[in-house]
Amino acid sequence: MADIELSEEQGMLANSAGDFLQKHSSFEAVRQRLASDSGHDAAMWKEMAALGWLGVALPEQHGGADMPVGALVSLAEPMGRHLFASPFLATTLAGRMLAVGGSEAQQARWLPGIASGETIATVALTEPDGSWELGAPQLRAERRGGGYALRGSKTFVLDAAVADLVLISAELEGVPAVFAVERAALPDGALRREVLIDEARRGYRLDVDDFEVGADSRLDGDAPAALDHAYRLGALLVAAEMVGGTEGVMDLTLEYLRTRVQFGRLIGSYQALKHPMVDIMVVQEQARSLLHHAATIFERDAGLAEVALRMAKAMAGDCYTHAADRAIQFHGGTGFTYECHAQLFFRRAQFCEYSFGDSRHHRRRLEPLLLEEGCVWESAHRLVPGGLPGG
Amino acid sequence: MSEATPARPSPEELDAFRTEVRAWLKDNKPEPPDFQLPDSFMEVGTPEQFEYLRAWQHKVYEAGYIGLTWPKEYGGGGLHGLYQGVVNREMGAANVPFMVNIIGLMWAGPVILQLGTHAQKQRYIQKILSAEEIWCQGFSEPGNGSDLGNAQTTAVRDGDEWVLNGTKIWTSLGTEAKHMILLARTDPGAPSKYKGLTFFLAPVDIPGVHKTPIQKMTGEYGFNETRFEDARIPGDSILGREGEGWSVAMATLMFERGAAEGQAGGLSMVPLRVDDVVQLARECKRDGRPAIEDPEVRAELVRFVMEERALGLCQVRQRIPGLVTERPHAIMMMNKLVGTEFRRRLARFAISLQGANGVLYMGDPDAPDGGHWQRNYMNAFSATIGGGTSQIQKNILGERVLGLAKSY
Repeated sequence: MADIELSEEQGMLANSAGDFLQKHSSFEAVRQRLASDSGHDAAMWKEMAALGWLGVALPEQHGGADMPVGALVSLAEPMGRHLFASPFLATTLAGRMLAVGGSEAQQARWLPGIASGETIATVALTEPDGSWELGAPQLRAERRGGGYALRGSKTFVLDAAVADLVLISAELEGVPAVFAVERAALPDGALRREVLIDEARRGYRLDVDDFEVGADSRLDGDAPAALDHAYRLGALLVAAEMVGGTEGVMDLTLEYLRTRVQFGRLIGSYQALKHPMVDIMVVQEQARSLLHHAATIFERDAGLAEVALRMAKAMAGDCYTHAADRAIQFHGGTGFTYECHAQLFFRRAQFCEYSFGDSRHHRRRLEPLLLEEGCVWESAHRLVPGGLPGG
Repeated sequence: MSEATPARPSPEELDAFRTEVRAWLKDNKPEPPDFQLPDSFMEVGTPEQFEYLRAWQHKVYEAGYIGLTWPKEYGGGGLHGLYQGVVNREMGAANVPFMVNIIGLMWAGPVILQLGTHAQKQRYIQKILSAEEIWCQGFSEPGNGSDLGNAQTTAVRDGDEWVLNGTKIWTSLGTEAKHMILLARTDPGAPSKYKGLTFFLAPVDIPGVHKTPIQKMTGEYGFNETRFEDARIPGDSILGREGEGWSVAMATLMFERGAAEGQAGGLSMVPLRVDDVVQLARECKRDGRPAIEDPEVRAELVRFVMEERALGLCQVRQRIPGLVTERPHAIMMMNKLVGTEFRRRLARFAISLQGANGVLYMGDPDAPDGGHWQRNYMNAFSATIGGGTSQIQKNILGERVLGLAKSY
């Protein structure tokens, strides 16, 4: 099997995303949406559902298309490029967590609505300590009557205000558990809108204290597997968004360098600006290759898939944050204004960098995976050592 | 080329071929010589190194493992490129020596096949593959390195011959070479400097050609200065057409920079691998502890592994049209810049793993890895400078790929 594959279906997804986003995610549209309260456009969401985007990687018997999970990258990458913000990420993560960790009955209850776009869903996984390790939640769950009571806090619950369903991770008797709760059932005041650096995104803090939920709300399947899946899929989709975002911010900056004249010359002719743009392009090409490799083997080989994913997120992060940083600088005074679109990319890049593990987080975790003797990477890729030339 | 497109082999056919190649390499890998081998064709500095490497290329040619994609009628294999890919990878894994006639195999041969006449192909191609005739390159001049279009060497027609005068520099294998791909000015009065140039396939083992070895920063040899003083070459030595040398040179550079396919294959240098540096980090100590335990070393190693992996995956992705729509040729065009700079940085990093012993050089019995990395770091500059410096590469990428205005 090839290291990078692109199925025909995936190519079609990418094309439809490109067309859709050209129409719905111009800079003007992005700015309009970010100024609104919910940041959400219900009519547009319906169109996305009609295109089949919300069930791409959900099981067929529950209304999904059953495509490989990696195919989602073909949507997330153009979304990043066009600065798109919608409950797509949150809903996709929730749907996939249900697919991995929900019982057949729980899947039958929630997935058809998610796949059809009727149900907007989100995940409450991160906590106020800001850790990216999602496998050991501290929000406490205890048995109460026939059900459970939840106590604790979550952060960055994306699009919670428009969501119908929230998946909340918790610690239950020493092991992780996940609860699927209707948002309407949350106590008044449980959600507080966070002030995020990316103004197009909507994040909420969730605080509950003795919030009682039914016995059937707890996911019956493998909760740790569902949490691990959310961590990995989140990292993959955000990496895709960052690779696409780098492309978008490069476009914006290059357009400026091709048209702005100073000292009688197009500023793109100055090597102080040209060479750093080439450096950015070179890393973007590399990050994109790592991304599509990570997408291709996402479900293929757990050990190598983890390596590929961490590499992709780490390099995409380095690349996007740097490209956005330089976009501000290379636009000169204009770049410092709110009006200049570079700030939209800059803020998005910062948001993405610190979602699902920043570059340093992933590189640190790559150390044992790449450097230990006998590691899975070594057996898969390392050539026989000691092959130096000479007599 | 006159032959039909060769058939794509099935996975089974490729597997069988791989088994065959692997077995052949195992049986035929030459014994290491009792002298130091160079790391690339640009570093061949002694006759014994040259003869050892020429014999190896000849053996590989006789076995039919280079030029697999080149037309059969000129001595190639007439096969699909996947076969050559298998050979190249197996050669890398088996750590056999590189091909010595690289300029012939990778640049002159492909451009002759692309633009040459039938007679030229018959005359040159097979002997490039067999290493019977060694090629060198005459592009740069002492006064014109990156500014190739400004070449001042002249070729003046005199009856049935061309008379050459001028000096070329950085001719690798210059003392062993029989032919040179040569860029010379045939029309000094042309309206632009690029229009007066012609591309020659010039013999250089003739009277009037003087070769002077250049000592490199490593103290070794490998490059020459080649001076032409009324050297007379045959009238039919032109590749392409008179006055169109610039475009032929550009086509050649596309092969040289790995931005076009059609090379004969085989290893072109000793591969520089992060794996070997990881191994070195396990063996070397810094302040009493294995270098691989140093947190900064670990962080940098991870970056190198990632980058090497990403570069490899770029070669896979560039073959998938749906994943290169924004910049279809970017990866091909950036290969030279990225690959050569990567080697330079990696060699430099490898020295830093060695603690105080990082100052030991090749020849000292205590030098880690025999001082290989120290020499390699110095030699790495030949590739970041030759074939258009990294800075020129960035101009080219910025202008041709990113659409930015020309730099002055």
